[in-house]
Amino acid sequence: MAGGLGCDVCYWFVEDTQEKEGILPERAEEAKLKAKYPSLGQKPGGSDFLMKRLQKGQKYFDSGDYNMAKAKMKNKQLPSAGPDKNLVTGDHIPTPQDLPQRKSSLVTSKLAGGQVE
Amino acid sequence: FAGAGGGGCPWCFSQVKGAIDEDVAEADIISTVEFNYSGDLLATGDKGGRVVIFQREQENKSRPHSRGEYNVYSTFQSHEPEFDYLKSLEIEEKINKIRWLPQQNAAHFLLSTNDKTIKLWKISERDKRAEGYNLKDEDGRLRDPFRITALRVHVAFPMDLMVEASPRRIFANAHTYHINSISVNSDHETYLSADDLRINLWHLEITDRSFNIVDIKPANMEELTEVITAAEFHPHQCNVFVYSSSKGTIRLCDMRSSALCDRHSKFFEEPEDPSSRSFFSEIISSISDVKFSHSGRYMMTRDYLSVKVWDLNMESRPVETHQVHEYLRSKLCSLYENDCIFDKFECCWNGSDSAIMTGSYNNFFRMFDRDTRRDVTLEASRESSKPRASLKPRKVCTGGKRRKDEISVDSLDFNKKILHTAWHPVDNVIAVAATNNLYIFQDKIN
Repeated sequence: MAGGLGCDVCYWFVEDTQEKEGILPERAEEAKLKAKYPSLGQKPGGSDFLMKRLQKGQKYFDSGDYNMAKAKMKNKQLPSAGPDKNLVTGDHIPTPQDLPQRKSSLVTSKLAGGQVE
Repeated sequence: FAGAGGGGCPWCFSQVKGAIDEDVAEADIISTVEFNYSGDLLATGDKGGRVVIFQREQENKSRPHSRGEYNVYSTFQSHEPEFDYLKSLEIEEKINKIRWLPQQNAAHFLLSTNDKTIKLWKISERDKRAEGYNLKDEDGRLRDPFRITALRVHVAFPMDLMVEASPRRIFANAHTYHINSISVNSDHETYLSADDLRINLWHLEITDRSFNIVDIKPANMEELTEVITAAEFHPHQCNVFVYSSSKGTIRLCDMRSSALCDRHSKFFEEPEDPSSRSFFSEIISSISDVKFSHSGRYMMTRDYLSVKVWDLNMESRPVETHQVHEYLRSKLCSLYENDCIFDKFECCWNGSDSAIMTGSYNNFFRMFDRDTRRDVTLEASRESSKPRASLKPRKVCTGGKRRKDEISVDSLDFNKKILHTAWHPVDNVIAVAATNNLYIFQDKIN
């Protein structure tokens, strides 16, 4: 299973016990993860993962979707926000009640007030 | 101060700041800690966009036990939450970094930044008030100029010390991505700011212009393979800076070679054993912090499991590798699932570069003495917070047999992370941020 590169076949024989112990835990963890999530891609550091990091804070709102959903729900109770409040595209249509408070409270930090020992 | 790092000299509890909250409010989570150049001031930033500055008490014969104590000096709201409507982007007010400027006059200056905007703050003291103005009354009302028949010189009266913080410069709109670092240059005139893909150079006096000095954005974003994770200017050579990446590499750039430093002067990377590569390899190799030594000869990088010291003259591999919490290697699966594997730990040097410190989980932090090669694990907790009480070294048990004072890996609290620590530039005083509390420890000699 290890080795990987054709020209490095000799790694099999050079590995000492110490090295093997260092390699095994990480590989075992990888196997555990792949067992739980079989569709997990090969390259964790790839484009998708990095793009998600770059898009932190992105909050899209489609007023068309919002108004259509409101019209559809006219006669029913508006569903309250699901567990993932940050999801504002797709199935969940945000309502003004769902959005977190934008303004900071301007309360003094507890480091400046509070207990001083 | 040899031995203070690695367990030679015991560390003692000095102070703790912050409330004992069962449910910690998000805004109270400390996001950055930084001593100024003299160590007399200690600044913290939090997720609520607030900055609190502590000042060290002077030696006072009448209160000897309070010598060296840090007390609140100033506090202000640095950043507010914003929404960029054009890009549908929510901009957090969280203070990512604070960097002090060297002191040049009575006032103190610092740079604080959130994801998008850097601000220069002036903190000044006022301990006198003036009376006897010519153009206005004592209550502030303007006097009718035609009624003024004689000139007088105002008299200054002492008043209770007032510390005022005012924003002097706002450096905005220069970053498309999220700012992770700021670094003041040794020329004391310029500084750099780095986001995921670009690094900009600013002049402290000029807010409407900045120079882009590194740009790693690919023409096609599908080809994106790595991002910039940290950047810092060399402490003495004003033309040199380094930046680290999510792939575990560090590039050193020289601004004399070209205006756009896309081509590095030095490239630091430790060769990887291809047979040990796993799904996690790249993630845990991502560098979360890079810091030059005070001497400027070395730099230190922090990745998920270790701290490495590099000699700037040797690019092929680090000269030292210190394991922070190697026992987590067999927990990577669950650490990936709970996102802890993406935690960004910082690291710092002591004043003489003989010791280094970094945080871990369960409110543990680690110190490595580079001279004696000893290391110690300490804990920031309320339980060991009696004045001048020595901190007891902690040990994490990895095997089956757990000794009485050891803690097993599975009992570690991964919500108690120490991401931010700072070491006084001269003395053995350290500041450790444990979520919403700030701990200050000193060595016994002090």
